[in-house]
Parts: sequence; C-alpha cells; structure tokens
Amino acid sequence: MIQVTNLKKSYGSLHVLKGIDVHIREKEVVVVIGPSGSGKSTFLRCLNMLEDFDEGDIIIDGFRLKDPKTDLNKVREEVGMVFQRFNLFPHMTVLDNITLAPMKVRKWPKEKAAEKALQLLAKVGLQDKANVYPDSLSGGQAQRVAIARALAMEPKVMLFDEPTSALDPEMVGEVLAVMKQLAKEGMTMVVVTHEMGFAREVGDRVLFMDGGVIVEEGTPQQIFDAPQHERTKSFLSKVL
Amino acid sequence: MDFRFDIVVEYAPFFLKGVLWTIGLSLVGIVFGTVLGLVIGLGKMVQNRFIRLPFDWYVHFFRGTPLFVQILLIHFGVMPMFTAQPNPLVSGAISLSLNAAAYIAEIFRAGIQSIDRGQMEAARSLGMTHVQAMRYIILPQAIKRMIPPLGNEFIVLIKDSSLAAIIAAPELMYWGRAMQGQYYRVWEPYLTVALIYLILTLSLSKLLHRLERRYDA
Ligand SMILES: Nc1ncnc2c1ncn2[C@@H]1O[C@H](COP(=O)(O)OP(=O)(O)OP(=O)(O)O)[C@@H](O)[C@H]1O
Ligand SMILES: [Mg+2]
Repeated sequence: MIQVTNLKKSYGSLHVLKGIDVHIREKEVVVVIGPSGSGKSTFLRCLNMLEDFDEGDIIIDGFRLKDPKTDLNKVREEVGMVFQRFNLFPHMTVLDNITLAPMKVRKWPKEKAAEKALQLLAKVGLQDKANVYPDSLSGGQAQRVAIARALAMEPKVMLFDEPTSALDPEMVGEVLAVMKQLAKEGMTMVVVTHEMGFAREVGDRVLFMDGGVIVEEGTPQQIFDAPQHERTKSFLSKVL
Repeated sequence: MDFRFDIVVEYAPFFLKGVLWTIGLSLVGIVFGTVLGLVIGLGKMVQNRFIRLPFDWYVHFFRGTPLFVQILLIHFGVMPMFTAQPNPLVSGAISLSLNAAAYIAEIFRAGIQSIDRGQMEAARSLGMTHVQAMRYIILPQAIKRMIPPLGNEFIVLIKDSSLAAIIAAPELMYWGRAMQGQYYRVWEPYLTVALIYLILTLSLSKLLHRLERRYDA
C-alpha cells in the first residue's frame, strides 16, 4: 500500500528525516511513537506531500509521489488526514465541512454527498450536529467531525497526527473509540500518538522514531515488553 | 464673528458639482485600487523572491512617500509623457488608484495570511487544488477579516481625494479654495467643505458598519 525508501528531508541545515524505510501493507495499523522533534509529523506529512522531501521515494497505491506525472491531488483523494488541531472549516456547518470535498473534488451530487455525510456522522455519534458550526463543538466532537470529513472522500489510507493531543483527557476516549472501530473495519492507518494503550491494543506494528530515523520497529508486544535499543527503553520508561 | 450664509448659498451649485467629483474620484480609486491591489497583493505572496521584488517595491514606494508628492509627480511628470494637456481629474484618479492599491494590497495579503495554515493543509489533504482551497476555504474567511480595514481605506480615500485640489481638479476642496480666494473668507468655505466631507465619511462608515454586521450573522 505504502512503500517508503530512504526518505530524507531537511529544513535548511536541520536534517529532520535521515533515511526512513518502511513498508505499510493494506489494512495494517501502524503506530508511530517517539520523542518530540524526532520527525514524526514531518514523516506523516511527507506521505501526502503536504511537505516536499529531498531524497528517497514514496509509492502509495501505485503512485510514485516524486514522479512528475503523478497528480498529487489524485493521490490526496485516497489519503485522508486528521490533524492535532482538527482544522475544521469554521465558516461552514458540520455538514458542509464533510460534503465540500466529495462535491468539489469527487464531483458527487449534493444528495449523495449529504447522505454519505449523515451516515458518517451517525457512525461517529454526531448525527444531531449536522447543522451546527464547528465553534459550538467540544474538542472531542470536533475531532470526530474531522475524522468523518476525511472518511467522506472514501480514502484508502488514513493518517492521524496526534489526534488526541489537543483534547481534554475526558474526551480522548471518544476519539480513540472511533479510530478503533475504523481499524476493525480494515482501514489502513498510520497513527502518530502518545496513547500507548491505543498503540498496544490496536496497532499491528509500532515504529519508534528518534533523531529522524526509525530506531526500532516491531509488534506492540516486542516494542513495549521487550525493547531492544537503549533509546527505546529510555523513551518508554518516561512515557509508560 | 459674522458668518455670511449668502456666499455659501452662492457657491452651493459649485460645491454640489465638486462633491460629485469627489465621490467620483473616490469610487474610481476604490474600484481600480481594489482590482490592482488584489493583483499586487497576490504578487507579494509569490514564493519566488525575484517575482516578488517589484510588487514589494511598488508598495514601499506608494506607502512610503506622500500622496501629495505622488499627485504632483503623476500630473506634471508622468501624464505629460502621454498627453500634452493632462486632465487634472484623470491625474487625480490615477494617483488615488495607484496609492490605494498599495494599501489594499497589504490588506489582502494580511487578510489571507491571517488564516491559519492548517486550513489550507486540511483543504489540500482532502484533494482540493490550490485554487479550490483558496476559493472555498481561505478567501471566504479572509474577506470577512478584510472588510473593516478596507472600509477604513475607503474613508481615507474620500478625504485624500481633496489633495487633487492642488492640481486644480474641480472636486470639493477645489471649490472651497476658489471661494476662499474670491471673498478672502476662511470660515465659510472651509467649514462648509469640512461639513460635507464629514457627511460623506459618516455615511460611508455607517454603510460599512451595516455590511460588517450582515457578514457576521
Ligand atoms: N516548517 C518547519 N521549518 C523548520 N523546521 C521545522 C519545520 N517543521 C518542523 N521543523 C523541525 O523539524 C523537527 C521535527 O519536527 P516534527 O514536527 O516532525 O517532530 P515531531 O516528532 O512531530 O514532534 P512532536 O512530538 O513535538 O510533534 C523539529 O526540530 C522541528 O523544529
Ligand atoms: Mg508532531
């Protein structure tokens, strides 16, 4: 599904990604953990080219991102993204937030987009919020709408960048529950998170990043119960 | 102090004509200034430094020098290159438009750049093109924020159009000065002119206020 080879990226003289290699299979849930500044967000943002990269290759669903013939907008249609700070469109109702891209990008008729949106809102437990504006939502509700908005494009992959980090603790659960459900339905997911419980329970594979490289990867059991590297051990001792 | 209403009445038809030109000059300045300002504002947001440079300097020049000087340069320097007998109203309209464009360019740029980066990223991550993201996500939010400073600029424009009197453009201030020259009176012409400007700017600001409220709802 996603093939990353020797991915490198710098901001000026700051080398943020120093050669990432990873293969993500269809229906796999990959959780990325690591200290602040290790390049997790940058890695995720390279996957849908919100951030351009300097070296290496990313192939998603058969599209080589660096190929000049690749239409990045087409790739992004298949790669949903959920942001730490939701990034809902404040000037539109919840329903319009969800239907906009299917209508403008996928050219769905309004009725079809609205039907899909209501179905997704029901799925994230917010069917009664269709006609409100985002500023009246709680953080947990906003993030669930953001997930529904990404899902409305019927993506093949979903990227999550710390989706619960901006939430009050009592709202983390409702967002993780939606993500768990999504994983169970077989969505291919790449999740950057500090929620180790979620990583252990839902993740098929955990990548530990530090200093712009993947230091260690394995099943949640391998990473959490028997980490091999010093850096992994010291990171886990701080967060667990 | 005796206030001679009779000479104010005598000049009323000229003031009326003058106020129409004042409104005309301001409207031209608003329309062309906005269109040109949008282009320059977009030019200033181009990534490439060399493409951006002329737009940056346009804004530096028109914001960094007095409008008074710009009017003289344009009327006595630039316009004679194109026509033997420059029309002061045309020179005034061009000066005001060019000047307003610089301020409006900054208003556009600031409005667009004030929108959180995450909005563009969210739109692009959904597969929207840059143009679609601008049209559906960024501009609707930015325009709302641009209305108050744009309104401000329009009010400034009405007042600044009075500077065109110096090149004998027959707008409101020109007739105030003419009346002053004829009767050697100070209060009658200048107070009358001030009052008319006040009515114009207050009406406009009331109108803008209504517009702002409608956009807020
Ligand atoms: N646009 C940018 N310009 C310059 N430097 C940047 C930019 N974005 C990120 N960086 C730097 O790149 C490094 C990696 O950032 P990144 O956001 O990928 O880390 P992260 O692992 O997601 O951290 P966190 O857990 O804090 O979100 C950091 O040192 C950061 O300061
Ligand atoms: Mg991050």
